[in-house]
Amino acid sequence: MSEFFEQTIQPHFNFWIYVILMMLGLWAVIAKKNMIKKLIGLSIFQTAIILFYVSIGVKEDATIPILDHHGPEHHEVVHENGEHIEDAETSAHPEEVHEKKGDHSHGDDHGHDDHATDPDTMANPLPHVLMLTAIVVGVATLGVALAICQMLFKEFGTLEEDEILAELKDSASDD
Amino acid sequence: MENTVTSLLPVLACLASLLAVPLIVLFRKEPFLREMSTFAAGILKFTFVLMMLPIILDGKTIVHTFTDGIGGINVPIMFRVDGLGMLFALVASSLWILTSLYAIGYMRGLKEHSQTRFFAFFALSLSATLGVAFAGNLLTLYLFYEMLSLSTWPLVTHHQDKEARTGGRTYLSYLLGTSIAFAIPAIIFTFVKADGDLSFAGEAILAGQDLGYWPALFLLLGFAFGFSKAGMMPFHSWLPGAMVAPTPVSALLHAVAVVKVGVFCVIRVITGVFGVEFFKDLSVNLVLCWIAAFTVLVSSLIALSQDNLKRRLAFSTIGQLSYIVLGVALATQHAVAGSMMHIAMHAFGKITLFFCAGAIFVAYGKKYISQLDGLGRKMPFTFGAFAIGAMSVTGLPPTGGLLSKIYLVWGAAEAHQIALLCVYLISSILNGAYFFPIVYRAFFKPAPEAEIATPGVKEAPLACVLPLSITAVGSVLLFFFPGLLLELTNLMTGAK
Amino acid sequence: MIDQLPAIMVLAPMFGALMIGLFGQKDHRVCFPIVFTSLIISLGAAIGCANLVTKDGTIDYFMAGWEEPLGIGIQLRIDHLNALVIVLIGVATTLVSFFSIRRVGALDTEKTPHFYILYLLLCTGLYGITITADAFNLFVLVEITSLTSYGLIAMGSSRRGTHAAINYVLMGTIGASFYLLGVGYLYLKTGTLNMHDIQAILQANEEVRNSNAVIIAFLFILMGIWIKMAFFPLHGWLPNAYSYCPSSTACLLAPLMTKISVYVMIRVMISIFGLEWIFIHLGWSHLVVILAVIAIVAGSVLALAQREIKKMLCYLIVAEVGYMVGGAWLSDSNMWGLSGAMYHVLSDALMTLCLFFVAGIWSKCIDAKEIDDLEGVFKKMPITSACFILGALAMIGVPPTSGFFSKFYLIRGGIEGGHWEYVAALLFSSLVNAVLFFRIFEIAFFGKNPPEGHGHDEEHHDDHEDLHPVLEHEVSWRVTIPLIVTAVLIVLLGLFNGPVVEFIREAFPPTSEIVSARP
Repeated sequence: MSEFFEQTIQPHFNFWIYVILMMLGLWAVIAKKNMIKKLIGLSIFQTAIILFYVSIGVKEDATIPILDHHGPEHHEVVHENGEHIEDAETSAHPEEVHEKKGDHSHGDDHGHDDHATDPDTMANPLPHVLMLTAIVVGVATLGVALAICQMLFKEFGTLEEDEILAELKDSASDD
Repeated sequence: MENTVTSLLPVLACLASLLAVPLIVLFRKEPFLREMSTFAAGILKFTFVLMMLPIILDGKTIVHTFTDGIGGINVPIMFRVDGLGMLFALVASSLWILTSLYAIGYMRGLKEHSQTRFFAFFALSLSATLGVAFAGNLLTLYLFYEMLSLSTWPLVTHHQDKEARTGGRTYLSYLLGTSIAFAIPAIIFTFVKADGDLSFAGEAILAGQDLGYWPALFLLLGFAFGFSKAGMMPFHSWLPGAMVAPTPVSALLHAVAVVKVGVFCVIRVITGVFGVEFFKDLSVNLVLCWIAAFTVLVSSLIALSQDNLKRRLAFSTIGQLSYIVLGVALATQHAVAGSMMHIAMHAFGKITLFFCAGAIFVAYGKKYISQLDGLGRKMPFTFGAFAIGAMSVTGLPPTGGLLSKIYLVWGAAEAHQIALLCVYLISSILNGAYFFPIVYRAFFKPAPEAEIATPGVKEAPLACVLPLSITAVGSVLLFFFPGLLLELTNLMTGAK
Repeated sequence: MIDQLPAIMVLAPMFGALMIGLFGQKDHRVCFPIVFTSLIISLGAAIGCANLVTKDGTIDYFMAGWEEPLGIGIQLRIDHLNALVIVLIGVATTLVSFFSIRRVGALDTEKTPHFYILYLLLCTGLYGITITADAFNLFVLVEITSLTSYGLIAMGSSRRGTHAAINYVLMGTIGASFYLLGVGYLYLKTGTLNMHDIQAILQANEEVRNSNAVIIAFLFILMGIWIKMAFFPLHGWLPNAYSYCPSSTACLLAPLMTKISVYVMIRVMISIFGLEWIFIHLGWSHLVVILAVIAIVAGSVLALAQREIKKMLCYLIVAEVGYMVGGAWLSDSNMWGLSGAMYHVLSDALMTLCLFFVAGIWSKCIDAKEIDDLEGVFKKMPITSACFILGALAMIGVPPTSGFFSKFYLIRGGIEGGHWEYVAALLFSSLVNAVLFFRIFEIAFFGKNPPEGHGHDEEHHDDHEDLHPVLEHEVSWRVTIPLIVTAVLIVLLGLFNGPVVEFIREAFPPTSEIVSARP
């Protein structure tokens, strides 16, 4: 059991979490009768995928990916900015910021070349960017869905699917 | 290789009746103009066909191709006129003129409704018929074949009553069903086998291909049953069903155009797709022969028991169609020639018989054979023509039917198929047995009491009697002057 | 200017939508001109692009000049595969916009601008889906079209429509999420989202190509697209959604949405995973073709059971999706199946458009929703009926309509690929279509209970009545002209099937590669 845990679950625990969340969401969409609950399930489903994406962007000991376009003349300013970030985030991620600081000095040594930024020290930004979009899409979907639910409620006076179906069946002749 | 001429004539011949359709609709409120446009289109069409005749007799073929084939996957719409197509086109376009005349008399005589629709679709179906006759490849053939099925449906169901609906349903479900289920796969299979070639020009499509017995058999049956307008059993019952149509429709379409399109397609497939020699080598032809022979005998027997005149004629047609299929399936030179000639001979004979049936209906409203007692004395022309038509279909001198039958029997002897030869002979006797009692009844049986009261001759309107007299005379003339037909058939068989 | 055509094509409808948002609310009369202008601009750009593709081959367009390999640029690519699809979208959306002037009348007039805004955004999405070369952008654009179509479907006044819309939202979102998940796996393995980069990496790196993650990615993507295209048994959302929405919405969605999804599937197969990998490495071809056969048969049989015209058409769409999926997966060595599927995307879109047009006209003008309501409609509306007949014949597959030729290519692929069950299913479905449509023709021609005796005995119609009452019932030219154009296009597409298919086939990889890799 523990072997299974160590070999299969632990190294990919992020996958397991997203799979479980996704299945929870899917189950809610399929099994729940209430429309709002279905939508909650749908949101969980989408969020699970977002988690999956975010988790694949993670790197051990990596920092937030902000490129410093600092030329020599602006060096001081940028450095101050860097300090500023450090202040703001010290409490949350002391280690990461420390790494970032190290990265700065590293960059300085090599003549402020953009490409000198070592990608290994930064989290992959692309999945996050993608997920920002996906979140927006998800929110939009949810908004449309809720609006349609409102219409449903106005027309049927209920959001329980079995009641809606029963009413549709009753009114099949005159609809 | 072939001596070809590129010309727009076949297209024009095809379009002539198509262009009449808008005119007919335009003149829907002017019956005279409407019918004149039908006529004009008919004569125009016939002229175009005649203009092609000398070229064909010269041993050339006329070709016109739309959209050139690109990269070998594109099968163009292609018109190609050869002896066989010419023969069929001549028959169809000349008889259309007569039928138009007859239809005018018939429709007016009965005060039919929706005559505009009737004439419009009639013209449309004629275009399709000529399209089939001039089709240069299988695809074009299929295109016009389907167009014919669809454009004749409103004609068959013209009365728009329950009976018409049932008949129309049978009609379309058989014709469309078989063509989708059998003909399309057969065409596409041919296409795949022949690597994209569907053209009838030059060598037969499949000739020399490596084709086993069973694939060849399935392909053949796919075509033979797929083009079920040929009325081969067991896919024949659309034809009696379609007899609910007004008589001009039955006459032209179901004695000439539609059914002949069916056998024409079968002949085309055997000569153009398989090639007669290759077809015989594959030795699948006997299967087709026996199906056709079976159809000939069974349909003749059924015809004997029919009391409705048009239904009897319909079953007779089924039998005669299978004559043609049987002839071409024998795949000997004279049998094939006989088949092609029989298209024309039977067309003239059978259209006469249908015209007569219609004339009787217009004049006296009678549909059943048992009602015809003594009617011959009131309608001497009609029944005289009927007798000639019956002789031609049975194959008695001096009518054209004899010639084609001689060729067919000769062909059967050539192929050493004595059993099939006997089929021809027996069925001729049966033909006589179901036609001549009608003639006898009409002329020699006393009329029922009630009708004796009005003696004297009272024929159908002239527009009805004239065409049927002409076709009857035509049947006789074909016996004495078969030269043109022989030349056209020789063009097809001589080359092979 | 010419360089910017791809962007103009996608953005014109979007700006149109913004314009309506700004000006259309106050005065509804400006809506249609804006819609029409932006659609015409898009159509023009689409035709221009297609023309460029014919001349110079593939067009690559980088939004704002962000080129590869940064991986975050938005690349649009127009090649032989999608050039005709964008023209199709342009033509269809423009035609439907004509139609919707009258059809919008079925909605509250105050909704007019809202309808048009969604309409234009949907067009943007469709164009975008078709030409994007980025797997993630594809997701976003699919969601744009889906969101707008949810709105359009829910706009109808029917209660069933609302219920169908929420079902569609649930199914559609799950489908899109599956797709997104698949793209995630691909990204995990290849580190890029650009379709062509992904393909290059997959081809170069055998280890990646054969990894389970890529197979799972393909499976997820396929599931997602199948849900979107209503591939049986994932079709549950479609029939109600398309039959209970406003007619103009149905006319827009029914021809385009499923067909574009099929295109997306083919695009994913060709441009991301590669046919060789799919057909030879995975070898799922038989399985998918059998699924397609089930879809065709089930769709046809379900269509046979319907009494409502639109529902019947919807189930036919389900069957036609089976045609295309099956065709795309036939894996015959000359790729006739794939060509046929792609050609059928165009042809089926036009046929469906034509039939939904007519169904919409009938339901509005003579209030005919069920087949039995169509009594005598041929006489009342000859032009509309003629177009319906043409569309129906195309569905059945009668030459020279495009429906015949797509079947021709598909059956050819089936024969060459040895998938006889698929050939049989196609023929079966053609027969069912024939039965279905002739049932309608019969009712339209005879009426439900034709008289017993001979017609000429009792109803002494004189000829003069024949076509007389016609024009009173026939709808205005604004509706009939798009309809006639559609019908003509069906025939034209059929007649020019050779060049069209030839053009599409340019997009396929050379056959020899696939044949040689075949065991």
